[in-house]
Amino acid sequence: MVLAESGFSSPRNDAFPAGLRVLVVDDDPTWLKILEKMLKKCSYEVTTCCLAREALNLLRERKDGYDIVISDVNMPDMDGFKLLEHVGLEMDLPVIMMSVDGETSRVMKGVQHGACDYLLKPIRMKELRNIWQHVFRKKIHEVRDIESLEGFESIQMTRSGYDLFDDGHFLSGDDTTSGRKRKDADNKHDDRELSDPSSTKKARVVWTVDLHQKFVKAVNQIGFDKVGPKKILDLMNVPWLTRENVASHLQKYRLYLSRLQKESDIKNSFIGMKHSDLPSKDSTASFGPHKAMNMIPDDVPNSTYSFSASNSQAQNVDLKGQVDLKGITSAPMAEPKGALSVDIRDSHEAKSTQMSFDHSLGSVDSAVSFASFNSTTPLQYPWTEIPEIQFKQECESLHLENGFSQLPLPGPSMIENEANRSRIEVKPLLDECRSNFVEHLGPVGAEDLFPIQSKSQSLNNQVFDLISATKSSMKTQDVGLNYLADSEFALRNLNASGVGIPLATLSEDLQICWLQGDCYPMNYGLQDLECSTYDNPALMAETPFHLYDVLRFDHEHLFDPTEYYAIDQGLFA
Amino acid sequence: MDRNRLHNQVASMRRSLFDQGYLDDQFIQLEELQDDTNPNFVQEVVTLFYNDSARLIQNIEQALNSSPIDFCKLDDYMHQFKGSSSSIGAKKVTNECTAFREYCNAENAEGCIRSFQQVKQEYAILKRKLEVYLQTVRQASQTA
Repeated sequence: MVLAESGFSSPRNDAFPAGLRVLVVDDDPTWLKILEKMLKKCSYEVTTCCLAREALNLLRERKDGYDIVISDVNMPDMDGFKLLEHVGLEMDLPVIMMSVDGETSRVMKGVQHGACDYLLKPIRMKELRNIWQHVFRKKIHEVRDIESLEGFESIQMTRSGYDLFDDGHFLSGDDTTSGRKRKDADNKHDDRELSDPSSTKKARVVWTVDLHQKFVKAVNQIGFDKVGPKKILDLMNVPWLTRENVASHLQKYRLYLSRLQKESDIKNSFIGMKHSDLPSKDSTASFGPHKAMNMIPDDVPNSTYSFSASNSQAQNVDLKGQVDLKGITSAPMAEPKGALSVDIRDSHEAKSTQMSFDHSLGSVDSAVSFASFNSTTPLQYPWTEIPEIQFKQECESLHLENGFSQLPLPGPSMIENEANRSRIEVKPLLDECRSNFVEHLGPVGAEDLFPIQSKSQSLNNQVFDLISATKSSMKTQDVGLNYLADSEFALRNLNASGVGIPLATLSEDLQICWLQGDCYPMNYGLQDLECSTYDNPALMAETPFHLYDVLRFDHEHLFDPTEYYAIDQGLFA
Repeated sequence: MDRNRLHNQVASMRRSLFDQGYLDDQFIQLEELQDDTNPNFVQEVVTLFYNDSARLIQNIEQALNSSPIDFCKLDDYMHQFKGSSSSIGAKKVTNECTAFREYCNAENAEGCIRSFQQVKQEYAILKRKLEVYLQTVRQASQTA
């Protein structure tokens, strides 16, 4: 059903990929003719044009008229990369770049700008035969994206997220099918509430330049830090636009911005992030938007996040993350010590939790295991399409299997600090997260998990390493991984209980799991944490990563209760 | 008889074009693309190539003759020309283009000028050979 929505069946013939609608842009008439012929031989429907502007016009006129764009890099009227960006932002179509120049830097630039492939001229027909895979891949991601957005919406609707857990199958760590079913049910809810119900999965909004300008204006007005889909939507004042549309566009926009940022800031994004190094984009946003960031397990270094939050007393961990387009995803990370907006609400036990998250988006098959805390129960998060990841809470050390690069763990002193300092490192392999996680968390005593340390101590020792192993597939062919860009934060206001920061899973392509087992001093905190989300991978998958920004554990941070889960409730599913 | 002779001629010309490195694999791609819907595909593409090349060659000449020489522009033109010649598999021409671009990068005007002479020469030779070849092909198909 979802697939059908994605338009596979129409308006082309059913024998996909036959009839794929390709737009070829090249100023070289000889190549244009050759490519046209080649594509026709592949049974694709071809439109050619020799100017970038003409191409954009064509695309804008027939909003849903093309499936994929192939463009040369060098064109007289507009840089091919610019065209690429426009197409990505406005139409969100897969774009393949071509050039006679195969220099690595050029290819990299193409990938950075969001190209899903880069072909070298002379191009053989066999290379063109398989371009349909990019279309297919995108559809899959969109579906997931939409679902997660819808899930997000529905979760918002419920406000507490508990409803979602009530359903039996959430706890079973099911696959996404059940998630989908739930989605469908929820959609009905959502539809009522959404301003434009028909837009749920169907009509793709075309982000024209004007619309995008409005969007950017709204974003700037609100302040990038505080931005959220609802606010933007309100400001934009476009009646037919839905919050989801804005949310997904915001995702891409963040990616785009962070890509620009990263271009000059690559190094910084590796390794522990000093929060200051990152542009303060609160939202994690950059998590795997399908578009440019397909994280694939590659050779990208893993990023680890570690942050400590003081618990119960406000664990406000400000998580900010950035995705490094170069393949590192920076998940939101807690602010560096000083900046850590860990508000200590109750100062009663200055516990600080230190959590380091390793996000390694490694190869699909790798499993990460961490030493577990008290109970060594591996946490598994089964995502439908992702291999299993095992998380174990780690008491002292993290072991990563499969050669995930181990992120620098907080210094031993930290561990030493408190006997019970617990450190959880999660290396989400974007694969499957199982809700078992939650179950396993139970036994761990809060104390164990989040040792309380003096504030300063914890802060000082913070190692905010954000290492996300994100291999950006960036639209490259083989993304093995579709990282979920679902993130869930279960923020908890601690009150004597440990701080729990739930796993955040990024939907879409990047999945970052934050293990916070610690926070549950007692029974799991499931209740407290609504970690139940963990239970349901599908659920997790549904929370769009852009949730991240909402989850600011920071008091001063504003989060719009209407948009995000009740962070104040401490939990979010 | 005539037909056979012509066909043999076509075959041997073709072989020599490849053996002597004037054409490469890409040309075969073009031949393979030719079919009933486009029975003259190869000829059409090659004609497009000639036209485009003439334009580019002129641009390059102009750029080389101007002073000071705008190497950026030169490189750009040559890049286009290289792309174009690669489209039909004009191997020698493409190679000369690469050599030219090196001189261009080094901002070596003398080198560029000399190299460009080579480019033009190879282009002229190829064009001539191709024209004869394709004409023979046409004749051979007509006598069928």
